[in-house]
Amino acid sequence: MSYVGEKTLTALPSLLSLDSQPGPAKLSSTSKLGNLIRGITELTSKHEEEKLIQRELESIKEQVSSPNTSMRQMKELMVRAIYCESLGYEASFVYIHAIKLAQQGTALEKRVGYLAVSLFLNESHELLLLLVNTVLKDLQSTNLIEVCMALTVVSQIFPKEMIPAILPLVEEKLNHPKEIIRRKAVLALYKFYLIAPNQVQHIHNKFRKALCDKDPGVMTASLHIYLQMIQENPEGYKDLTGSFVNILKQVVGGKLPIDFNYHSVPAPWLQIHLLRILSFLGKNDLRTSELIYEVLDESLRRAEMNRNITYAILYECVKCIYTIHPKSNLLEKAAKCIGNFVLSPDINLKYLGLKALTYVIQQDPKMALQHQMTIIECLDHPDLIIKRETLELLFRITNAQNVVVIVEKMLEFLQNSPDDYTTIDLVGKVAELAEKYAPDNEWFIETMNTVFSLGGDTMQPDIPNSFLKLLSEGFDSVEEDRKLRLFAVDSYVSLLQGETRKLPQCFLQVISWVLGEYSHLSEDHNRSTVLRLLEKLLDMKQTSSETKCWILMAMTKLCEGTAGVCVAQQVSETYISSMDTVLRQRAQELQHLSQDSELREEVLPRDSGLDPMEIDSSLSFLDEFVSGALAAGAAPYKPPHQRQEELAEAKVLSLEPYGLALPISMSSCSITDRHSPTPLSMSSGLSGDSTDVSHRAGLKLDGVQRVWGRDGYLAKKESVEEAAPVQGLTPVHSPSLQNEGDGSHSQTPTPTPTPEPDREKEQLASSLFFGVSSQSSVCLMGKPDSTFNRRRKAKVQAPGVTEQLSSSVAPVSNAVDNLLCNNLQDSNINSVSAASSKQTCELSPRVPAANGTCNTDCGLPESDRKRSNLSISRDNGLVDADSALSEDQGSRSDLCPSSYLPAELCGLYRSEIAPLCTAHSLELSACHVHQGDDMILIIFISNSSDSQVLQIRLDLKSEQLKVTCVSDSSVENIKSHTVAVYQYSLAVKRPGVDVEVDGTLSFLLPAGTPQTKHFSYKLPLTAFIRPLLISTEEYGTMWLGFSHEVKQNLTLVDDGCEPLTFTLNLLKNRLQLHLVEIIGLEGILACRLLQNQPCLMHCRVHAGALAVWLRSPVPELPDCLVYHCQRVLQEK
Amino acid sequence: MMRFLLLFSRQGKLRLQKWFTPISEREKKKIIRDMTNMVLARQPRSCNFLDWKDLKIIYKRYASLYFCLAIENQENELLALEIIHRYVELLDKYFGNVCELDIIFNFEKAYFILDEFIIGGEVQETSKQIVNRSIEASDMLQEDDSSEWYEVELFG
Repeated sequence: MSYVGEKTLTALPSLLSLDSQPGPAKLSSTSKLGNLIRGITELTSKHEEEKLIQRELESIKEQVSSPNTSMRQMKELMVRAIYCESLGYEASFVYIHAIKLAQQGTALEKRVGYLAVSLFLNESHELLLLLVNTVLKDLQSTNLIEVCMALTVVSQIFPKEMIPAILPLVEEKLNHPKEIIRRKAVLALYKFYLIAPNQVQHIHNKFRKALCDKDPGVMTASLHIYLQMIQENPEGYKDLTGSFVNILKQVVGGKLPIDFNYHSVPAPWLQIHLLRILSFLGKNDLRTSELIYEVLDESLRRAEMNRNITYAILYECVKCIYTIHPKSNLLEKAAKCIGNFVLSPDINLKYLGLKALTYVIQQDPKMALQHQMTIIECLDHPDLIIKRETLELLFRITNAQNVVVIVEKMLEFLQNSPDDYTTIDLVGKVAELAEKYAPDNEWFIETMNTVFSLGGDTMQPDIPNSFLKLLSEGFDSVEEDRKLRLFAVDSYVSLLQGETRKLPQCFLQVISWVLGEYSHLSEDHNRSTVLRLLEKLLDMKQTSSETKCWILMAMTKLCEGTAGVCVAQQVSETYISSMDTVLRQRAQELQHLSQDSELREEVLPRDSGLDPMEIDSSLSFLDEFVSGALAAGAAPYKPPHQRQEELAEAKVLSLEPYGLALPISMSSCSITDRHSPTPLSMSSGLSGDSTDVSHRAGLKLDGVQRVWGRDGYLAKKESVEEAAPVQGLTPVHSPSLQNEGDGSHSQTPTPTPTPEPDREKEQLASSLFFGVSSQSSVCLMGKPDSTFNRRRKAKVQAPGVTEQLSSSVAPVSNAVDNLLCNNLQDSNINSVSAASSKQTCELSPRVPAANGTCNTDCGLPESDRKRSNLSISRDNGLVDADSALSEDQGSRSDLCPSSYLPAELCGLYRSEIAPLCTAHSLELSACHVHQGDDMILIIFISNSSDSQVLQIRLDLKSEQLKVTCVSDSSVENIKSHTVAVYQYSLAVKRPGVDVEVDGTLSFLLPAGTPQTKHFSYKLPLTAFIRPLLISTEEYGTMWLGFSHEVKQNLTLVDDGCEPLTFTLNLLKNRLQLHLVEIIGLEGILACRLLQNQPCLMHCRVHAGALAVWLRSPVPELPDCLVYHCQRVLQEK
Repeated sequence: MMRFLLLFSRQGKLRLQKWFTPISEREKKKIIRDMTNMVLARQPRSCNFLDWKDLKIIYKRYASLYFCLAIENQENELLALEIIHRYVELLDKYFGNVCELDIIFNFEKAYFILDEFIIGGEVQETSKQIVNRSIEASDMLQEDDSSEWYEVELFG
């Protein structure tokens, strides 16, 4: 590589030899800018620089505002202003002049003006609106350079709302005779697509034209858009695969003009772009992948390993090969390629090699074994980046056997971790591994201790949450639970006896909760010891008041006996007058409950962690109180927006900006504070001292604040609170540590194949790569979605593993057993004869094995499964009984799926039956049916052949949905010319604009060969939206409780007279919302996502648009809903 | 997609900054500080890639000047390295034996060249000739505003 710049720069003498510089780069040493720059480099202190720049800015300010300044001078001033700004000094007074310069200057001055604008202003800057007109004018200019400049600035910064104003002009430029203009227009549209995809939806066919442009530059530019669109929706562009392959073939074959070569490699940027597009297209799609194989082979062959840029292409090829449907000879080549990367002395290549390995390792665990020595070396590499990437790789191959070593390495790295971001990431990974694979209690607790102390208060809040949940829910064995808890208690007590000042707050909170809950298990430590330790914590000045609340809570649970009560009294007296209301509340509780042990037993029953809490969110128990207060003459409660409304009406002129009116006033009294140990407790902070009765009478009748009214309720609230740290977590099967433990004890030593002299490394290798291949195949079968598997861990398999190992019988009857068999073999033979085993390995992920369903089932928490089943049978008792396999009825009629719709679902609202895929003689189609509060997905498999199809299996999974099988989906045979019907109940797990179910169909052909086919079914979120029938008052109360808010301006659809009513009704009808009320210029709507997740919407007509706020307890829901609203209104 | 490009000297003085996504001024200052600290602390001969938050930082030193490019995680690091190199080549072609001083005193030119090469965080034109031709054509305006011939030169 030629480092031209490097050579020249080193040849240069000192920094300030400014004179006699030849070439086009005339150093403007005599110009004002030159003087300024020189002046600054001569200065020695920051203070002097500041003074100089201030002087400079003063002079610029004076000159730009002078009417006598010519545009030419203005240009020069602007460059100086840019310089000052780039040094970090604000020069906002010139912004407006920059726009003026762009508007009025001649082409060159304009260029500086546009540059200044793009450097000074942000996309959201209000001055940018003034630029729109200039851009419009320049887009229509006959001077091509002006058009170019306008297009350039448009693709750099342009206000989103103003895109429609210039869109037609930019579109027009797609047909411009000059390629440079076409290219820039395409890039501008790409930019629009990124910031406002809906605006450019109608020009998709023009993108196709750009793709076919005769100029390679324009075509390359259009690929940006295609990459983006294909990434979002690969299905929609499969037809273009052939074209992309052809283009790549031509590029690789050197058919492009020599201009596009980069260091004699043909158009590398274009090649990489195409490879990336192709990998999206070929993913999980055999037929498309088949089109790609040849050109990939060609690319690999052509790329000589000698330049950085060819390595870049190779790396992309490798990624593509491992993304699309696997093909053995390509995989072999790719593996060789990765080997070259990993073994390369060039550190950049080594890094990429590791990255590629990390990517590949889930599919091909043997790769890790091949390169184990290199990996070990990288683990001790002086460059932290390499080390970090190696840990990432190890994280992917962790299993119950090597977890101890890998976690040790990760913690070692964490000890001197450079930055917070890495710490948070790694700490999360360690916690995940510890929860998944912990070999025994001691190790688990100790590892988590390190996690908490290292992660500190920056780590993800769900780590302590899930840890506590794990402790409280326990596992299968009561004895084991006791041991784990006991060990935790012992470990914490000894921690607290040492130096506590350095412990992070969240760790202290975990400690106090555990001690409060479980220290009764320990015989070594009596309560007064623990109480004293807690008291010591309270006295530390580092302890935050939130932590103090946790500690007081723990003390409340512990104070017993005279000594305890004595301590409790002392402590509560200290804090009962605290300024922090929550703390004060805790102190009150401590005081009262320590005196009344009966009440305490009732409020804080021991070992109640497992009982689900009933929370009366509507606060109906207060009804009596409210009606009493109303009868006594209290004013009825009004939701805040209504109060605001009345306030506005009372005044003739509302001078308050609207933005403040609703959402801000609400958020100020928003109750949810996630970090508080008791989500509800914050409300006490609002209601002030609840013992002050006179004060209470003066309060408005807000139900939420009433929580703290009476002693009787206090008790109820307490029990809610105790469960609080555990709430809000997804219910999962708690893993059994016992089983894990057994699994690890039965590990066998691994002989290492490579006769390496370094014993230490060898040992490390054998401990790191133990059982790697088997573990990864586990991963593959269950699709390694970490979120899904999380904390469910190998538990499902673990008991089986132990049994198998002890009895050493390995019947190869199903996939699970297969797996075990692998496990046994692999642990003994570390190096595996590559070809044959690789074959099995790459095939295995594609064959949805017998444990596929078991996985989906396991993924569903027991309780949820039960609930959905129950609700189904409640709604329609028939469904459960009817296996819905109606293959016999009407088998001789045509195979039209709709006639096979289960009888009880006929007549309900359903979507069109859409074809999913075909596989040989089988045709899959599906539709979704709204059945009351359930969403039923129906899949029809019709067999149009003359022979029977055997062993049909249908496995569905989805990241966004909970899929529960309603019909019996065990192995089925479908006779010729019949249709089988499968029913699934769907519930939204994680809302998205559209939600998707991925499925795998496997069956046996008449010839006996197994076949699989992947498909996916997409349905809009709106299918799960139902109206939520509530009153305005209820709406007001609910609004307060929801924390996730989205604000957006929507277009107002005008029908002539009542735009608001018309628009809201339109939304109501299309999206199934409930229109609660329309008051003047405002309207409120409510809906719920099935399974009762509400979303509230507040709209207001504002400046001809519809300002909309959405709130929901579910984070993603408001966003998705707003998207659908937007779509509905735009269609109109 | 690229997120930002920074050029700074060995002393940590910022020479050029280009942000491809909207970022607040405060955040920019923090990023600049982070980048100079991180990159200048690197040992020679270590990897040219760094992790920073969810981004990849690709840096390369040319004489006394560091080029530091932030890309999204799924992008190709080696290609980013070549983007930096191509930019240096473009500067070199334009200034003729470019040096840090050229960029200090003619930073607006350096920006113009960058704008012809990268737009909105994506490579716009990879042909060295075409980029240079369009820059030179625009420069001609300086001498003669009303002339038409530069258009012939540029677009011909």
